[in-house]
Amino acid sequence: MAIRLQFERVTKSFPPQRRGGEGVTAIVDVDVRVADREVVALIGPSGCGKSTLLNLASGLDRPSRGRVYVDGSEVTGPNSHVAFMLQRDLLLPWRSILDNVTFGQEIQHVERERRREIALKLLAKYHLGDFVDHYPHQLSGGMRQRAALARTMAMNPDVLLLDEPFSALDAQTKMVLQQDLARTLWEEKKTAFLITHDLLEAIALADRVLVMSRRPGRIVREIAVDLPERNNPMVRRQRPEIGKLMAELMSLLDIGQGDRLDG
Amino acid sequence: MAESTPTAAVPTVTPPAGAAAHEAERLAAPPSFWRAYRVPIWSAIVLVLFVAGWEWGFRALGVPKYFIPTLSEIGSEFVRAYERMDLVNHTAVTSFEVLLGFALGSILGMTMGYILGMSPTAEVVLSPYILALQIAPKVAFAPLFVLWFGFSVEAKMSVAILVAVLVVFFPIMINVLGAVRAVDPAMINLARTFNATRWQIFWKIEFPASMPALFSGLRIGSTLAVIGVTVGELVGGINRGLGFLLLSGETMGAPLVFLAIIVLTVIGIVAYCAVIFAERRVLHYMPRRDFGGMNAQGGK
Ligand SMILES: Nc1ncnc2c1ncn2[C@@H]1O[C@H](COP(=O)(O)OP(=O)(O)O)[C@@H](O)[C@H]1O
Ligand SMILES: [Mg+2]
Repeated sequence: MAIRLQFERVTKSFPPQRRGGEGVTAIVDVDVRVADREVVALIGPSGCGKSTLLNLASGLDRPSRGRVYVDGSEVTGPNSHVAFMLQRDLLLPWRSILDNVTFGQEIQHVERERRREIALKLLAKYHLGDFVDHYPHQLSGGMRQRAALARTMAMNPDVLLLDEPFSALDAQTKMVLQQDLARTLWEEKKTAFLITHDLLEAIALADRVLVMSRRPGRIVREIAVDLPERNNPMVRRQRPEIGKLMAELMSLLDIGQGDRLDG
Repeated sequence: MAESTPTAAVPTVTPPAGAAAHEAERLAAPPSFWRAYRVPIWSAIVLVLFVAGWEWGFRALGVPKYFIPTLSEIGSEFVRAYERMDLVNHTAVTSFEVLLGFALGSILGMTMGYILGMSPTAEVVLSPYILALQIAPKVAFAPLFVLWFGFSVEAKMSVAILVAVLVVFFPIMINVLGAVRAVDPAMINLARTFNATRWQIFWKIEFPASMPALFSGLRIGSTLAVIGVTVGELVGGINRGLGFLLLSGETMGAPLVFLAIIVLTVIGIVAYCAVIFAERRVLHYMPRRDFGGMNAQGGK
């Protein structure tokens, strides 16, 4: 199967912030391959370099060593194969929801009527049809995050890079959005790399879960989820196998062992 | 609790549910007359006290009328100046200077603010000079401008305009600069992942993000423009404009001075309100905030 996203022995170090200070090595020798239509989740203690990894994939930053490939070509800068979605919705407050969703296409000079059409379709799909002319501050956190998802999907990327996209939402809103995302990824046949703190989210949405070590981050373990209904996390999270997978991930992250709280 | 006032038509049965339900009922009740009209009533009282205090208070305290004229004297001075001293023309001249000084100062302030905001190196290198100029009393440059321009009417108007430009420039530049600096880097990164050019990042992110701060700067600038023009006219010894009336007041009496001050204040208020009007249209996407009080002027 075609590889959509690949990290090849990627190391990223940041130079010291101040003179005399110490540089930070965020990630070391990360090797990851994400196949076409695969959803791979990445979990790990905070500060271990997960977001750094995404910045490398999106072309915002370059690796210190190693290479990153998207769709077979090396990432040397931002490119239209990937799109980003973060914990913060980053909607522009001066743009209506519609204009926020068309923002990326506007930058890429997609014709006005065309981008409106795409955006309206997506907004309807994400239950925001009645809010196209609203401004971000008029929407709830969940609606805003859905608008951000629409903005990401409007770019029609091959690979979605998701950095804790739902971690700022309340538990119920989160489940609804997870459902929307999972269905979209499945129906649109997208490839996704999902960073999350939420172990259950990782298991419910992903085909594989990668576990990263404390900084400097390395991939220490890979767990295949191997459960059906990846397009329906509500159902998947009720399966009996979930408990065992959760336990496995928790032990890998040292949760509940000596009560380390730095995870 | 037996009586009921016409405005407080609340059923006075105390519910068994106790204090909480009672409180909810009280909150749901229409406010009493006094509660609803508190602000306009107080405003009226203060206005009456102010007018009466000015009209009769100073006399009662023994302040001579050539020090502080009564309101009615200022009123008759207004009629006199309107009929015999060409008040309209003077007002027009000064308004023109304020408008031009404010417009030019704003444009220059914005331009410099955006340029410095987009070039961190330039900002660091220039910051000591910016700070010095910010602290320097800009109106003190007025004599220099008199020296430059000469003594024709146009020259003296130019002096007034230039002083206004100078005082308006800084708060606007500083506000714009600060706003561009403070743009959320994550938003810029978002635009970068869409492959935005530097120019697109400016027009689609940095520029709109700076609007609220720009408008705080414009608010401050609109009031400073009047101060700049006034100083410019006084120092230049202009023979047109409200500054001329102020100077004439030195010999013609306090009512003329007060009249000129009041008209200058009105010009400032009109300018300030024009900025607020524009602000409301441009920042319509913001959650409504209180545009009214002068404390909103605060700036950065
Ligand atoms: N631009 C940067 N400059 C210096 N250090 C950075 C930079 N970005 C991230 N880091 C450091 O790299 C480490 C990993 O950060 P990050 O990838 O954000 O972690 P995570 O997303 O896993 O919580 C952290 O220690 C952070 O301080
Ligand atoms: Mg992170």
